[in-house]
Parts: sequence; C-alpha cells; structure tokens
Amino acid sequence: MKRIYVNEKWCLGCHLCEYYCAFANSGQQDMIKALKDIQINPRIRIEEQNGISFAVSCRHCEEPLCVKGCITGALTMHEGVIVVDQSKCVGCYTCILSCPYGAIMPAEEGVIQKCELCMENSGSPACVTGCPNQAIIYEEREYV
Amino acid sequence: MSIDFLYPEYEVIRNLDRCILCRACERQCANDVHHLDTDIDRMVSDDAKCVNCHRCVSLCPTRALKIVKTDHTFKTNSNWTGESITEIYRQAATGGVLLASMGNPKDFPVYFDKVLLNASQVTNPSIDPLREPMETKVFLGKKPQKIERDRAGKLINNLEPNLELSVPVMFSAMSYGSISYNAHESLARAAEELGVYYNTGEGGLHNDFYKYGKNTIVQVASGRFGVHKDYLQAAAAVEIKMGQGAKPGIGGHLPGTKIVGDISRTRMIPEGTDAISPSPHHDIYSIEDLRQLVYSLKEATAYTKPVIVKIAAVHNVAAIASGIARSGADIISIDGFRGGTGSAPTRIRDNVGIPIELALASVDQRLREEGIRGNVSIVVGGSIRNSADIVKAIGLGADAVYIATAALLALGCHLCRTCHYGKCNWGIATQQPELVKRLNPDMGFQRLVNMVRAWQHEIKEMMGGMGINSIEALKGNRLMLRGVGLNEKELEILGIKHAGE
Repeated sequence: MKRIYVNEKWCLGCHLCEYYCAFANSGQQDMIKALKDIQINPRIRIEEQNGISFAVSCRHCEEPLCVKGCITGALTMHEGVIVVDQSKCVGCYTCILSCPYGAIMPAEEGVIQKCELCMENSGSPACVTGCPNQAIIYEEREYV
Repeated sequence: MSIDFLYPEYEVIRNLDRCILCRACERQCANDVHHLDTDIDRMVSDDAKCVNCHRCVSLCPTRALKIVKTDHTFKTNSNWTGESITEIYRQAATGGVLLASMGNPKDFPVYFDKVLLNASQVTNPSIDPLREPMETKVFLGKKPQKIERDRAGKLINNLEPNLELSVPVMFSAMSYGSISYNAHESLARAAEELGVYYNTGEGGLHNDFYKYGKNTIVQVASGRFGVHKDYLQAAAAVEIKMGQGAKPGIGGHLPGTKIVGDISRTRMIPEGTDAISPSPHHDIYSIEDLRQLVYSLKEATAYTKPVIVKIAAVHNVAAIASGIARSGADIISIDGFRGGTGSAPTRIRDNVGIPIELALASVDQRLREEGIRGNVSIVVGGSIRNSADIVKAIGLGADAVYIATAALLALGCHLCRTCHYGKCNWGIATQQPELVKRLNPDMGFQRLVNMVRAWQHEIKEMMGGMGINSIEALKGNRLMLRGVGLNEKELEILGIKHAGE
C-alpha cells in the first residue's frame, strides 16, 4: 500500500504542507476563502528544532494502536488506510493518547481528526503535491 | 552614516486580500525581507533587503506576492541614468569595487537574435524527425588528417581520444564552492543520464562525485586548486582555463568564509583561507608555455583524454585560437562576454570581451583558412539560451556548446544576480546548509534532463526543416543562416548573407 514518507534531509520547514492539508480538508474550492483569518488545524504537523525539521502525519500502521483502543469503533482500517467515522466518535481521545507518533488530534467539531491520505479529497495527498522540495513522498515501500 | 542615498530598487507588493499569513515567505527568505507583525496581524516587508529572487513569490500558496521595479525616479537623464547615479552613491559610501554576478546584462546586440535559419521548400524535402532517423551525436577532439593503412591494406586506427556527446550540449565550468554540493550532484547526474559532460570548474572534484568521472571534465585553472593525479585520471577530459567570458583578464576570488569543510578538502587548501586564482597562469606566458602544460596533462593521463583550452572571447580571439590549435590542445572552448560568473567586478563584466557569435565565426574562419580546423573542436559558451542558439552556433562553426546560466535556470535560479552575497535562496550559489538543502538533486537532475531532452527534440525539428539529418552536416553550414538588420561588416565577420540575398 502507498504511504506518506518523510525525508527530513529535504524538509525546509516552510510549513506549506500544513496549509495545503488544511485547505484540502476544508471542503472549500478556494484556498484564500478556506484559510484567510483562521487558525489552521492541519492533520500534518512540522516538528522542528535546532535547524532540523520534518513533517509528522499518520503512518497508517499495520497494527494500529488507535484502532485497537477506539471504544466506539469510529476508527477502522479501510484497505490499509486508517479512517475515522466522526459520527461514531465520542471524543474520548484514547486514540490521541495511544498514538506513538502524535498524529491524531482533536478536531474543531469536538471529536478527533487524522490524516486519511486525502482519499476523500483529491485522491492524492495534498501535502505531497504541495511540498516544494519532495521532502514528503507518497509511495509503495516494504512495510517495516 | 545616517543618510542612505539609496532607495530600494524593488518593491514587494503583497495583496493583503490574498495573504493567509502562512509565513512561508518569511521562512524562505534568507535576506529577512518578510516578517509577521503580530501587533497588526499582518505580514510586512523590508523592500531594501529584497534581491528580487522570487523565492517567496514562487512558494506563496495563494499568489499574494509580486515584486516590481520601483517607479521611484531621478530626474530623467539619458546620460546620468538612475543606475549610474546609484553606483556612485554605493561607491562613495563604501570605497569598494562594485561586484556583480551572472552574465553581462547590458544592452549590447545579441547576434543570435539577428540570425535566421533556413528551411526546405519544394526542391529539397524537409525531414520529419519523428519518422526518420536524425543524428545529434557529436565527437569532440582532434580529427585524423589522413587515412593510414598497414601492409595488408587494413585501416590503422589513428584516432585521437575524443569525447562522445549524445547532444552537442555540455554543462560548463562551475566550481564546487561557487555553487553548492546539490547543484553539482544535479549536474553530474544529469550529464550521466544524458550522455554528455559537466565541468568541475576550478574547485576540485568532491570525493562523492568520482563515480561520475566518465561524464566529468576536470578543470586546471590558474590557482590549480584541487588538482592531483587521481583528479586528472578520474575525468573524461581535462580543461585548462585561461579565461572566463564574464571576466576576461582577471582571476577569481572565493572568500575564506566559503572555504569550509568539504570545500576546503576538495580544493586542498586550509579552511578559512581565501581561494585566489591569479589572473594569469604564472607558468604560461606564450603558446609554447601553454603547449608544455597541455603535454604535461596528456602525459599525466597517458594520452587517453582530450585536453581542452578555455579562453574568453576577446579582441584577438582568432589569432589566439590559432595558437591554441597548434599547442597540442584537442578542443578550444570560447566563452563569450555574456557568460556568467559567481562574482566579478561590475566594470569588467559589463565592459570587457566580445560577443560569442562574432568570436566563433572569426575563429572558425581563421582555423579553416589556416588548414588547422581539424586539429581542434570548437565549443562555445557565453549565453546559449535555447536550442535555436545552439543550431545557429553550430551553423557558425561550433562543434558543441557549453551551457551554465541556462542549466542554473533549470535548477531554479531566477537570475537575481546576487550570487556574490552567498545567500542564494534557491540553494545554488550558497554554502549555507539550510539553503543548500533547498535544491533536492532528485528534482534538479530531472529538470536538467528534461530541458536538454526538450532542446534535443527542437534541434531535430530545426535540422529536419532544413533537410539535414545529422549535426555534422549542419556544422559550419553558414548557407543555412541569414542575417537581419546587420551591417556589411557584421555580415562579413559572421560569414553569412543578409536575408533576401
């Protein structure tokens, strides 16, 4: 299965992935309309310290702790992609606590949100197409 | 000084209706032009720091930015232009020589733009390169003067070492130091992929790039930086740099601040020391001296590699080239006055040297008149901008061209001409690690390959139109060229007829 991989060697810390993510998941057609005058809450986040930066988003683990821990069945695996059904989520945040990568976060609507590889949006992850330096790539690799 | 006489040359125009405060511009500008003013919750910019490199413009996700030339003006004066006046202010403030980068931007004629190509109609058919074979391969080096046979009548192989190019394009000399590691890696990988060559410039060959040796031309210049046995032997050809089009007659100076880590090791000089390449080679004061160096290099490489001598296009270029063709060199490379540089005194760059088109035509003519054209191949550089320039250069007698500015443009350069600041926002002309990483060689190499392949298609189309199916048949074929708006003397030097003749 194709997953998002990050190469910190090429990450510039420009944070554009966060904005492309927020736009892709806004449901809007226009980036300005979607993101002007708001505090974005993207599903991919840049971690940076001492000149090193890289993007963190859901790894779509083969044995996901978040799915295991979900008390309502809101988190499920769908052909390898871990998706959330927000109508089932009660906002207990067990998944947020159990994700070892910190890739799940509260959503504006009170429940949780996570990267779903833009499957419901354009079909190819917006962070990947928006990265100016190919530091985020979407490809098939042997799972380790 | 409390009075700054200089008004910013460029203004950053931000469309606040489009700005989403993502701060990508702020994070990507090495010149600190942009910052977020949290008091007013707006991005603001300091125009005075902007070099007009377009990094912020290119990355802005909502196209909220553009850079415009200021319309602030002095009183109109055809003699004392705004540029002339501000240069005086700069020198009065600093007492320094004005520095500039990349090629001569002044309004001198571009002869390539005054030459038109022929095409077949009716009497000789044009060739469709998509249906019929079309050869863009060339060989650079000495050509045998005669066919030799042994007693049994079999051909004796008397070929001198030649370079084989799939397209008559090579990446010209840019040193590791003047450009970044990632820029070098992009060039090396692209040269390998394309079956052409890139040139190390006078900066030595980084250990990591020895594996691209068969697509590498190593340079021996006046400072002899990075030259040693393995370096010479790793390469496909060795180039002696006598001059550079952007700054004929003067040497180079890479400041000590850039001689760090790998660059110091590759150049074989201590960290922090200035790398000064003298104006002349101190062991070359005549063609005979040059011959000694040519043969020293051939000796060091066991006569297996062609030796290139690179000169700047200057007034007596034809006579100089004639001397070089007799020095034992296999290839002459001529660099026109539009050729680029990582740094040169502005006055030199803008006022010294001659156009490559005229230099090429006169050199080719002179060597043919003297019957020594076959002794050498001619490679020209100094602003080859597109495939049409290549076709015209080959029509004027070149065997191949060198490109560097075009290659850097393919890598992202926006010709802001501030390489000498060392803060290239595109990761090309810089050694700051956080800037160098902005050029991902996986992307850079592909863009170079794309550009050259596109040019190759266009060259084939143009040759096909002329009814020519190989580069060899185009070489020096001046009947395929016509001048427009050129005077008698210019046409005579270019050796072409005027359009309509």
